[in-house]
Amino acid sequence: MDFPEDLRYTREHEWARKKGSNFVVGITDFAQQQLGDVVYVELPGVGDPVKKGESFGVVESTKAVSELFAPVSGKVVEVNEPLSDAPETVNDDPYEEGWMIVIEPSDPKELESLMDAKAYRAFVEEHE
Amino acid sequence: MRYHPHTPEDVRAMLDAVGAKSLDDLFRSIPQPLRLTRPLDVPPAVDEISLFAEFRRLAARNDVAHPPFAGAGCYPHHLPPAVDQLLLRGEFFTAYTPYQPEISQGTLQALFEWQTFVCLLTGMDVSNASMYDGATATAEAALMATRITGRKKIVVSAAVHPEYRKVLATYLRSTHDRIATVAFGADGRTDLRALEEAVDGETACVVAGWPNFLGVVEPLPEIAAIARKAGALTVAVTAEAVALGALQAPAALGADVAVGTFQSFGNPMTFGGPAPGFFATREANVRQMPGRICGATLDKHGRRGFVLTLSTREQHIRREKATSNICTNSGLTALAATIHLSLLGKNGLARLARLNLERAALLADAMKRAGCPRVFSGPAFNEAVYDVGDAEAVVARLAKRGIVAGAPLARWYPDLPKAKGALLCVATELHSPELIELFAKSVRG
Amino acid sequence: MANPTGWKPTMEKDAKGGAAATPEPAGAGFATRGIAHEEPLLFERGSKGRSGVSLPAPAGGGDPAAAIPAALRRDAVDGLPEISELEAIRHFTRLSSWNHGIDTGFYPLGSCTMKYNPKSSEALARLPGFADLHPLAPPEMAQGALELMWRLERALSEIAGFDATTLSPAAGAHGELCGVMVIRAYHVAHGNPRKKVLIPDTAHGTNPASSALNGYEVVQLASGPDGRLHPETVAAAMDEDVAAIMITNPNTLGIFESHIQEIAKIVHAKGGLVYGDGANMNALLGVGRPGDMGFDVIQYNLHKTFATPHGGGGPGSGPVAVKAALAPFLPLPVVVKEGEAYRLVTDPRERPQTVGKLREFWGNFAMLVRAWALIREYGPEGLAQTGKLAVLNANYLRALLRGTYHLPYDTDSLHEVVFDDALQKDTGVTTMDVAKRLIDHGFHPPTIYFPLVVHGAIMIEPTETESKETLDRFVGAMRAIAEEAKADPEAVKAAPTRTVRARLDETRAARRPILRWRPGMKVE
Repeated sequence: MDFPEDLRYTREHEWARKKGSNFVVGITDFAQQQLGDVVYVELPGVGDPVKKGESFGVVESTKAVSELFAPVSGKVVEVNEPLSDAPETVNDDPYEEGWMIVIEPSDPKELESLMDAKAYRAFVEEHE
Repeated sequence: MRYHPHTPEDVRAMLDAVGAKSLDDLFRSIPQPLRLTRPLDVPPAVDEISLFAEFRRLAARNDVAHPPFAGAGCYPHHLPPAVDQLLLRGEFFTAYTPYQPEISQGTLQALFEWQTFVCLLTGMDVSNASMYDGATATAEAALMATRITGRKKIVVSAAVHPEYRKVLATYLRSTHDRIATVAFGADGRTDLRALEEAVDGETACVVAGWPNFLGVVEPLPEIAAIARKAGALTVAVTAEAVALGALQAPAALGADVAVGTFQSFGNPMTFGGPAPGFFATREANVRQMPGRICGATLDKHGRRGFVLTLSTREQHIRREKATSNICTNSGLTALAATIHLSLLGKNGLARLARLNLERAALLADAMKRAGCPRVFSGPAFNEAVYDVGDAEAVVARLAKRGIVAGAPLARWYPDLPKAKGALLCVATELHSPELIELFAKSVRG
Repeated sequence: MANPTGWKPTMEKDAKGGAAATPEPAGAGFATRGIAHEEPLLFERGSKGRSGVSLPAPAGGGDPAAAIPAALRRDAVDGLPEISELEAIRHFTRLSSWNHGIDTGFYPLGSCTMKYNPKSSEALARLPGFADLHPLAPPEMAQGALELMWRLERALSEIAGFDATTLSPAAGAHGELCGVMVIRAYHVAHGNPRKKVLIPDTAHGTNPASSALNGYEVVQLASGPDGRLHPETVAAAMDEDVAAIMITNPNTLGIFESHIQEIAKIVHAKGGLVYGDGANMNALLGVGRPGDMGFDVIQYNLHKTFATPHGGGGPGSGPVAVKAALAPFLPLPVVVKEGEAYRLVTDPRERPQTVGKLREFWGNFAMLVRAWALIREYGPEGLAQTGKLAVLNANYLRALLRGTYHLPYDTDSLHEVVFDDALQKDTGVTTMDVAKRLIDHGFHPPTIYFPLVVHGAIMIEPTETESKETLDRFVGAMRAIAEEAKADPEAVKAAPTRTVRARLDETRAARRPILRWRPGMKVE
């Protein structure tokens, strides 16, 4: 299982990566493994507001549905449109091509409250 | 008891294996005060011969000597015996929801064919595996429209089946959604001006009959245009599905959702149930649809097969966030409709629809000669409202002659100008020209 | 014609050569290879101009649809099949041969009560006096139907211990919707609809979904280590915002909720009501009555308890029985007997507190005929024997399979038993594999991966209509699979090998949905 060092993580298994002044968001390798084959991703529209800890979308496998929780508050400025036609990307490449949205944060400091790779790895190992 | 295979020796051997002394022992987890200590107060058991005698006596007290002239959401049609012969195959009727696709391909492929029939007849892209009935399908369509649009108001034509409207009201009551009802005009068509006034930016959908409860063919393109202008969906409701063999597909006229019942295909009236509700819509709405959906896929050797799919919408996975609570639907009745439609096919359905139009025209003509003109002037399929003077009296009088004369409109529309005389009557391929003549004469007494 | 099904004439061999795929004959359900036909979709066969019906010739002459505007008409529906009657018969007969039904073999699908569906009931429901009856026939023309409904209502009230029953709901989940609506109407009549419904974690998904449809927030309650719901859990969650608790008893683990009376007391004390999901009523027939246990409302599933056919997924029927205090809120219609005559009450003015109508017309009447036929055949002794033998059969399987499969809850169970795949963990064989391998032995698998509280659940409900020999063969197959899992796990994972299709790709189906035939349809 992969835990890239440059990311921050939530307890709900989302990751966030700094990109300029914005944050790219997706789900972790652990999350995609737990879900199994992802068959559908439902994402917000560009311009929609998101709030830290609240649901911004849904990811589905054939037998399970998981809500996606925003790691930080802000506004959606980009959405990974190709995922709607190729949801398997979330399984194949969760940290790169499988990204979901880009958030323009209202309070960039919120990122600090998230786990780093080491803490997230420990969190996953404890809960596995 | 022929359904219980256990001999006393079996019971003893099985109790021994379990380590229990008696059958009652098996229930020790039920506290004694909660056990029933007397026999249930139901009639004593009967043997098969007595059972049939008893049920024949009951059945004989239902007068079904003639095909009814009442339709009103449940239609007398000829059922080819081939349909029931196939339905009685235990592999179909004693299977359940196809949870194990490898041993349910029969049910699944038939469902896929049902979904295709529904799509072909309605012009929609996708259909589910069936609903309980037309009324609940209509209520679920309204609920889907509220989910898609995020709006809470439903605009429904007063000419939509009154039973469907009642069920819609029951379903929406606890979620506080609002229903606005739009009147129909003297031609029996939904009043377009009133509709335009009722539809606004809060409207999730407009619900109209296709054809409507009065038997009248609605101006569906105009209705859909009004809805679309306001960003609302159009739900077309069809209770008499044979009409879809002569009327344009609702999707082709602008409807976004088509619902109703396929009772007319392959299902007896059986006092109003069961019959397969249908639910079809455009591709974009597929993930908001209620109910089971069957889809095509491949098996591990690359052979085409079928499975239940998109099940994350459903209650067993999404629980309180599901698109509906529906689980078991109307599988066997949907199969009956699928078989009947396969027998009818393209030519048969066109002929059946034409026959219904012809018989309805004969009835209209005979009723006119009997002094009972049509109440509404709009174009009709196989059903129409006639002014018979006193509809309830006619129904009571013809009941004595073994004929269900029709549905007195005053029961649902007491404020209609000609309510007292208004009788909704149907004519189908089962009503011979002779029977139609006889009926029209009897109506006038 | 192209070969749209992708059928290949040679038997597929699994990776290991297929020899290991032959199940042990001992314990097998006598499944052998038969003649299986490939069959395309209806829309892929036939020939222009064919039809399979016989109808009177149209009279011809003028256009009977002339009054309908041309833009609103069509002459024919393109794409419909054109086949003869025999082609249709063969099509569906072949499809039927790809199904496993109760008539084919053992079908121990937990929580679904797959008991034998009597042929008598089928014949009786088809009597013309029932089948050809129009729902708007005046009551004097429908006295037999109304009497049957009236008698069934009373019997169902008696069997579950309630005061009144509605036959209107179309299935179990529809009955739940009805029951929660009635509860809501009761609370509204008492001034406050309340906000929440309590539901144990063992419940069917329909319970929370039915509550949500009524605008209630769902609060999930954890069941205890013995698989039971405990009074203190309920007490901690119970307040005056709770409209009801929904309890399945016995629950989906097959375990009787023996604290039910105390739980009901806690809920009633705060003005809440107790809803019973009657999905598992088969265990209690003639043995105990929910109405005597503190329940205020219960729904039946006639296709479970009273053997109306499951039909490949309905139609069902979900009558709802209630205590007297809730009777005024039941949906319409209600059957009443006045003197010697029966009548339907359909006018809300006669029942001002009714929740209204839940479906068109009066209920799934043909299912009511079948259920009443079964109750008449059974009588009081037969009903009680049904409950007892259903529980005997389940406990027999439990006794013979424990040790071979892990029993996550060792509490006494009634009509069904839940195992899991914990003992198979080291072999890599999962519940799914066991289920698929059972198919090769000629059995329908049990319910799997439900209830959700058991990881890898295998939920077995044999029902009372199965013989000891069938159960013994099933046990033999389950044991053979457990042995095979140790010796040759790949053989188990390759199952099923004898079916018309091998494991189907559900991921593909969901990622690229193909939900109907279109001309030139290809699945690839």
